[in-house]
Amino acid sequence: MHVIRSKAQISPNVTRIEVDAPRIAAIRQPGQFVIVRRGDGAERIPLTIADADPQVGTITLVIQAVGKSTRELVALQPGEAIADIAGPLGKPTELIESGRALCVGGGVGTAVVHPIAQGLHARGVDVVSIIGGRSKEWVIFESDLKRLGEVIVCTDDGSYGRKGFVTDAARDALAARPFNVVYAVGPVPMMRAVASLTRPLGVHTIVSLNPVMVDGTGMCGGCRVVVGGQNLFACVDGPEFDGHQVDFDLLMERLGTYRELEQEAASRCDNGSCKIGLK
Amino acid sequence: MSSTNKITTKQRLQIDRQKMAEQAPLIRNANFSEVNLGLPEKVALIEAERCLQCRDPKCVSGCPVMVNIPKFIDLLSQGNLEGAARSLLSDNALPSVTGRVCPQETQCEVECIRGNKGLPVAIGYLERFVGDWANGKGQGFGLEVAPPTHRKVAIVGSGPGGLTAAGELAKLGHSVTVYEALHKPGGVLVYGIPEFRLPKKIVETEVARLENAGVKIVCNTIIGRTYTIQELQKEFDAIFIANGAGLPVFMDVPGENLKGVYSANEYLTRVNLMAAYDFPRADTPVLRGARVVTVGAGNVAMDSARTAKRLGAECSTIVYRRTRKEMPARAEEVHHAGEEAIQFEFLAAPVEVLGDEKKRVRAIRCIRMRLGEPDASGRARPEPIPGSDFEIPCDIVVVAVGTRANPLLTSTCPGLKLNKHGNIAVDENGMTTLPGVFAGGDIVRGAATVILAMGDGKRAARAIDNYLKGAPTGAGNT
Repeated sequence: MHVIRSKAQISPNVTRIEVDAPRIAAIRQPGQFVIVRRGDGAERIPLTIADADPQVGTITLVIQAVGKSTRELVALQPGEAIADIAGPLGKPTELIESGRALCVGGGVGTAVVHPIAQGLHARGVDVVSIIGGRSKEWVIFESDLKRLGEVIVCTDDGSYGRKGFVTDAARDALAARPFNVVYAVGPVPMMRAVASLTRPLGVHTIVSLNPVMVDGTGMCGGCRVVVGGQNLFACVDGPEFDGHQVDFDLLMERLGTYRELEQEAASRCDNGSCKIGLK
Repeated sequence: MSSTNKITTKQRLQIDRQKMAEQAPLIRNANFSEVNLGLPEKVALIEAERCLQCRDPKCVSGCPVMVNIPKFIDLLSQGNLEGAARSLLSDNALPSVTGRVCPQETQCEVECIRGNKGLPVAIGYLERFVGDWANGKGQGFGLEVAPPTHRKVAIVGSGPGGLTAAGELAKLGHSVTVYEALHKPGGVLVYGIPEFRLPKKIVETEVARLENAGVKIVCNTIIGRTYTIQELQKEFDAIFIANGAGLPVFMDVPGENLKGVYSANEYLTRVNLMAAYDFPRADTPVLRGARVVTVGAGNVAMDSARTAKRLGAECSTIVYRRTRKEMPARAEEVHHAGEEAIQFEFLAAPVEVLGDEKKRVRAIRCIRMRLGEPDASGRARPEPIPGSDFEIPCDIVVVAVGTRANPLLTSTCPGLKLNKHGNIAVDENGMTTLPGVFAGGDIVRGAATVILAMGDGKRAARAIDNYLKGAPTGAGNT
C-alpha cells in the first residue's frame, strides 16, 4: 500500500500528490512513469513521475481528473493509500549533456516536462521552459520550473503571461536563439504543432506519448504507436519518441478508442467527491 | 506397485470412462462460470478403479512434472482421499490448475495402456478432483516443508513456472521470494486463461498454499526496471527467471492499428485480470462487437473466441491458415469452442484489416490457402491461392498468433546469453550463462504451455538445490 502524504489541487482539474514509493523514488529517472491502481476493480493508469524525494521516499504524481478512474484517484485524501504502484517504467529521457534545451509544456503535460527539465538542469544544460494553459488558473508547475531556468508563461486568454498558445511562444523562442533540442509534452495537437515548427529548423524534438495502456510492461501491445513507419510499444520503446517521426493522427484516433465507454462510466460516477473536473 | 484393492483387472477393464458434467453449451457461452463441473466423489472413485496400476506406468513419464499418477489414483480408489491429496501435492503444487488446463491427451493420458483398447483413464479429471478436494479442506493440506536452509532464492514471475519452482524450493527449506510485475500473482493463470476454464479462486487458493509454506510474493515489481538481476544477485543465493514470453506478435498487415484490433494478450488481460466483462462495475472497458474474428488456432485463440462469445458476440469466428487437423489447441478446447457455436474459417490468412470512416474495424480481408509440402515444423505449409481474397465483416479482431520474448529483463542484464529469438539460453540444468541464475518456461522455450513451464520450474528447483549444496554458503550476503 502506498500512503498519500500530501495533496494539492493545482489547477481546476489537476491534482498533485506526494505518495510513498521509496524504491521508485530512489531510482526513477526523467521520462519514466508508473502504473497506478487505486484498489479492487480500479483501472491501471499510467502516470509520469513528476518529481521524487528519495530521502522521504515519496514520488510526485500529477493527475488530470478526466474520467471515473482519475476522479476517484484524486478523491483520495492524505493518509489514505493507493493499492498498487508499479515502476519505474519506460525508457528514461534521452538528455543532452550541454547546450540549451527548450522545454514546452501544455496543460498537464507541463508536469511531464518538469522531470526532464530537472535532469537537464542537473547536467548543466541551459533550460528554457514554455508553459501554458487556457487562463491563469490552469498554469501549473511554474515555480518548480523557475528553479531550473527561464520560464515563459502563456495563456490562451492573456489573463497571465503572454497571450496565445505555447506554440506561438516556441516559434519566437526558436527564432531568437539556437536550441540543441526541444522537448514537447502536452495535448497531441500541441506536440504535433511543435514538431511541425522544429522540423524545417532541423532541431531534434522529443515528445512524450500517452496512448491507452494496460500493463505497462510490453505484454498487451495496446499502447502501440507508429514512429518512423514502425509499430512500437510506448511502454517499453518509449514513452518518448522523435517528434518528427511520430504518426500523431493514429495516436489521436487510438486515444479515442474508449471515448463512449469512458463517458458512460463517468456519467455513472455520481459519488459526491467524484465531481472534481466536471465542468 | 500393487493395489491393496480386491478388485480384479478384469473387473477394472469392464468399467467405462466416466464423463464429467458440463454446463450446456448454449447456456455457458453467455456466462463466465466454469464450463466443466468436476466429478462427484462417487464417480471419481469409479474412474479411479479403471487404473490398472501398471508396474511400469507410462503415464508418469508422459507428465512434465512426473506426478506419481498410479499412486494417487490407487489411494483414491481405496477411498483414502487424504493420502491421495498428500501424494499428489508432493509431486505437483498446483493440481487444481493442471487438472484443468493440461493437455492430458498428449501427455499422461496418451500413454495410458487403457487407451490401446478403449479410452484412457481420465487422469486429468482425477487430478482435478483430488486437488479440489484438498483445496476444500483449507490449509490442512499445506506443503510439507523441510527445516530452513537459510539459503535465499529469488524467482522472477509468478506464473506456472515460477509458482512450481517456488513450491519445490520451499519444500526443500529454502527461503523463496517471488517477484511479479502485475498487481496479482498467477501470471498467465490470472491474466490469460479465462475464468470459464480456470476460476481465479483456484489460483488464489493454490497461491495461498505456497504463501503458507513461507513463499513471499512481491507484486508490482518489474525485474529489469524496479530491480535488475545484478541487484538480485547481491541479495539472493540463486535466481530462477520465469517471466514468460510476454510480448504479443502482430500479423504485420495493413489496418492492424485500427480501433477494435486487439492482441489476445490485451483482450484477455482486460477481461480476465481487469474484469472488463463486468464494466462499468469494474473500471476497465473492453470493446464489444456483434462480430468478432480471432486469428490463430492455439489455446489462446480458443480462449479469445469463446470470451468474445460470452461478451455478447453473435458471431465469433476463428480464422486459421491451416485445417482443423493442424490446430495446436487442446482437443477439449476445440471441442468446447465448436459446441459453443464458435465458427471456424480454415485455410484462410488475413491480408488486411479494413476500417470505416471513424477508423474502427469493419471487416478483415483474407486470402484462401491450400496446404503444400511439410515445413520445418513438420506441418503442411500453407500457400496462398492467388486471387482468392474475400472479406469477413467484423467489429473486433483479436490477434492470437503467438508471443515473443519480452526484452525488458534481458536488455538490462548483460552477460545473459540469448538465442536469436531473444529467448534466454540455458544448459541441460536450466542454468543460464550467469552462474546461479536459472531460467525456464516461455522465456526459454518461446510460447508453450502451462505444464511445460511447470516442468521447467520443477527441474530448475532441483538444479538450484544442487547448485546451492555445491555453492559456498552465504554467497547472497556479500
